Amino acid sequence: MDMIRRKLLGVASSVALVAGLATGGSALAADPIKIGMSMPQTGPLGGGGKAALLALRMWVEDVNAKGGLLGRQVEFTYYDDQGNPANTPGIYTKLLDVDKVDLLIAPYATGPTAPIMPLVKQRQKLLMGNFSFQVNAKTKHDMWFNNAPWNTAEGWAKGFMEAGKASGAKTVAILAEDGEFAQNLADGARPYFKSLGLNVVYDQNYPPTTKDFSSLIRSIRASKAEIVFVASYPAASSAIVNSINEIGLGSQVQIVGGAMVGLQFTPIAVNLGRKLNGITNYHVYVPGMPLPGVESFLQRYTPRAKAEKIDELGYYLPPFNYAIGEMLEQAINATKSIDDRKLADYFRKNEMKTIVGPVRFDANGERANVRLVTAQFRGIKNKDQEQFRNSGKQVVLSPAADKTGEFIYPYSKAADAK
Amino acid sequence: MFFSFELLFEAILFGLLLGCFYAAVSLGLSVAFGLLDVPHVAHPALLVVGSYGAYMLGDWGIDPLVAGFLLMPVFFLVGMLLYRFYYETFERRGNAAGVNGLAFFFGVAFIIEVLLVVAFGVDQRSAEADYIGESLRLGDLRLPYRLLIAAAVALVLTVVLSNFFSRTFVGRAIKAVGQDEGALRLMGADPVRIKQLAFGIATSVNALAGAMLIIVSPVEPTMDRIYIGRTFCVVVLAGMGSMKGTLAAGLVLGVTESIVLTLFGASWATAVAFGLLLVMLGVRPQGLFGR
Amino acid sequence: MKFWIVSALAILSAVALALSGANEYLFFAGFVVLQAIILATGWNILGGYAGYVNFGVPGFVGVGAYTALALHLLVGAPLIVQIVAGAAMAALLGLAVGVLTLRLRGIFFSIATIAVVFILEAVVMNSRFLGGATGIQLTRPDDVWLFGTYTRMLFVMMTLMAVVALSVARYVQNSYIGQGLRAVRDAEEAAECSGVPTLKVKLIACAISGALLGVAGAPMPMYLSYIEPLSTFNLHYAVIALAMPIIGGTSHWIGPLIGALILGTLQQIVTVTISSELNVLVVGVLLVVFVVAAPDGVIGLVKKWKTSSK
Repeated sequence: MDMIRRKLLGVASSVALVAGLATGGSALAADPIKIGMSMPQTGPLGGGGKAALLALRMWVEDVNAKGGLLGRQVEFTYYDDQGNPANTPGIYTKLLDVDKVDLLIAPYATGPTAPIMPLVKQRQKLLMGNFSFQVNAKTKHDMWFNNAPWNTAEGWAKGFMEAGKASGAKTVAILAEDGEFAQNLADGARPYFKSLGLNVVYDQNYPPTTKDFSSLIRSIRASKAEIVFVASYPAASSAIVNSINEIGLGSQVQIVGGAMVGLQFTPIAVNLGRKLNGITNYHVYVPGMPLPGVESFLQRYTPRAKAEKIDELGYYLPPFNYAIGEMLEQAINATKSIDDRKLADYFRKNEMKTIVGPVRFDANGERANVRLVTAQFRGIKNKDQEQFRNSGKQVVLSPAADKTGEFIYPYSKAADAK
Repeated sequence: MFFSFELLFEAILFGLLLGCFYAAVSLGLSVAFGLLDVPHVAHPALLVVGSYGAYMLGDWGIDPLVAGFLLMPVFFLVGMLLYRFYYETFERRGNAAGVNGLAFFFGVAFIIEVLLVVAFGVDQRSAEADYIGESLRLGDLRLPYRLLIAAAVALVLTVVLSNFFSRTFVGRAIKAVGQDEGALRLMGADPVRIKQLAFGIATSVNALAGAMLIIVSPVEPTMDRIYIGRTFCVVVLAGMGSMKGTLAAGLVLGVTESIVLTLFGASWATAVAFGLLLVMLGVRPQGLFGR
Repeated sequence: MKFWIVSALAILSAVALALSGANEYLFFAGFVVLQAIILATGWNILGGYAGYVNFGVPGFVGVGAYTALALHLLVGAPLIVQIVAGAAMAALLGLAVGVLTLRLRGIFFSIATIAVVFILEAVVMNSRFLGGATGIQLTRPDDVWLFGTYTRMLFVMMTLMAVVALSVARYVQNSYIGQGLRAVRDAEEAAECSGVPTLKVKLIACAISGALLGVAGAPMPMYLSYIEPLSTFNLHYAVIALAMPIIGGTSHWIGPLIGALILGTLQQIVTVTISSELNVLVVGVLLVVFVVAAPDGVIGLVKKWKTSSK
């Protein structure tokens, strides 16, 4: 894919270059609007990245079928960053200086996005965030708009912690990956846990390349924590779930999970199967939530995903990535320009309508209207993809408006529940 | 960091099992480097190839351990060819001791890594088997089956190899060629062919060890790098060429790693093997059991 | 004299290029090639002249980079101070590694150098101040004197550093240090017996080699506005630092330059036309091919061709 992409790009840019040189300014009206980004196609985030990319490509096709934006076709340039933060500065420099794109979308996830924040701020480019967490906190770029239904750590962990407190738990263990996402989240979560009157009895980081969690799980068990809050990326999330099932966390654990990325990717969820039962984690869309735009999008998405052999259900990134496109579309049409500053002002002041619902941004470029779901896995069977289409497999505990069932505790009881 | 004696006891137990596995992974290197003095930095890379081999055979429903056995003859041939090439190019021309032999194996290791990335991508791969993910429950204690099986295979391998080298004619010849090549030649044996055989055996053991690796943990193409540390640590700790020493050294490494992991957390895990290696090289380069 | 004229010309061309309106990406990519020249030259002082194969290149690069980062975070030090400090720390590391491991023979020395890399990486991963495994984002000054953008200034700075590295290598080669190192490489025990201060010259080589590797690493945090341990302490640097002098020729200071230019160009061509994975394969394959077929590198091939055509 990358190879073909590269060759096409090479040919396309040479043709564009010659055309540009030959025709000077008169061809401007037919110039495409170039949007560029990197998206993990391989590597630990690849499972989510492939699904997200398909959604964005679908948006580009939809928009071009309608005649493009401002009378110009949209040209979409993307590279595989392998989910590796070390790759994105080079890729985005290339996008700006070689591919000369007009607009940028951020890579999927906090880790690969963090390194390009200084670059984007220096070049004064608008950046549409893609499921990052508090990645703009240090750089404070004023043209950053994060497409994700969450904002602060407290907002994220609230549903999880309320369930934990309801079980009467008093102690917390924090297991956080040493990466931008988990560290940002854990840093925000610690004061929140304290404010709830909880005692943190275990608080450890682990490097992203850790493969064996036996010692860590054993230590957590020995600490006798009742709430186990985990912030992890997909490879580690899988390994941790496997390790929990292999080593055991102890009978005192009431609730475990919280911020484990990757359990929302269908291939990973199907692979883990029964091992997921009882785990309480975050999600952004669960079947049954009243979002008709998402449902009709997914009906178009699923057959194409099946053909390309990627996440067929598409419950996590795809609808939100399509929404990025929709937001750009609305802003460009409303301001009749592709100027970064004008678009940023539009995003700052307006509420946009997308298939995932209305979207408003606060002063930091994060979501003003948060809608994060906390759900508990129950009754999951091995090697069954279609089961996730039914509600009841992920019982929504919060927010109240979307609640579908009661939290079962302790963890061991929930793991065996139907 | 949380601490309790129960935790420490479990860590030591776990470390012993892991140590057996580390010993198995290093046995091939003990032969190739310990006995034959070949600067085989590509040994862990071949280990990872063994893992991917078991993974591919797993796609056809073959159990990883069985896959390991099936790969052994293939790796045996590969090992013989690799040694022959190395001998003709370096040892014969007298270049071995310098930059070139080392650079050659380093280059080979790197090429293997990149080919694995091209063939399989950078994602982690795991093996599937009924016993992976389940544990033996002894009261409150839970011992993962994947480690128990790897440890068992490791012990069997050590016993087999140890007996091979001390009791069979070929085995003793291999030991002899490492000690005094000239004398062996006088006795009518061809040292080059014997070394070739030994290298073949070392590489085939690697195939089985690679299968065990993917049982014990998910693999990805750059894993050979940390295993350079672990295998060379074990081989140096053992004192060159002793099979039983390799087992003991593996246990030392396994327990040390496990204790460090438990007491100091996961971020020091990668440095343990290398740190232990440096300490040994500085303090007692002939190893714990070497002469 | 010729050397200094060519060097001055190189620096002037770099400045002229930076002041011209050339595409920004040229300087971004050019940095990588210049860094490769410094890496290869630095490695060769110990690896080529003395025959001690240092696989721990990433450790020295990392020390240079993280020293620069620390100074930037603590006192906002300017780039040149960062580079000098990075070089100094890397030189110290070189001395330390030398003292600990130089009495070990061949392969043990090399394995020990790999060990240094992983230990240093673990140290960084455990330091929240240095960013841990997460890494740290930096802000660079927006408007840079004369050159406009930071990347262009870095490009000129790296050209200057490359010239410095090459002149150091040239000096070492022609001095008594170089003679001592050659004696060590060819027959260490005989050299000892004839009174060559082998330990002293080896330690000097370790320090100088380390310093140059540190110089290659120090500008990296500012180059990317971001730094993290996994890519900084990556063994990839070890392979290219090894491959370039072997391809070019390890006996003369111009070998690493030739090797870096050949390999750098090939890598860029492969990246653009085929894929970025395969460009790494090119390094490995060329290394093995040259080690097997032409151990004296391009210099050796040229010599053979010259003598055979006489």
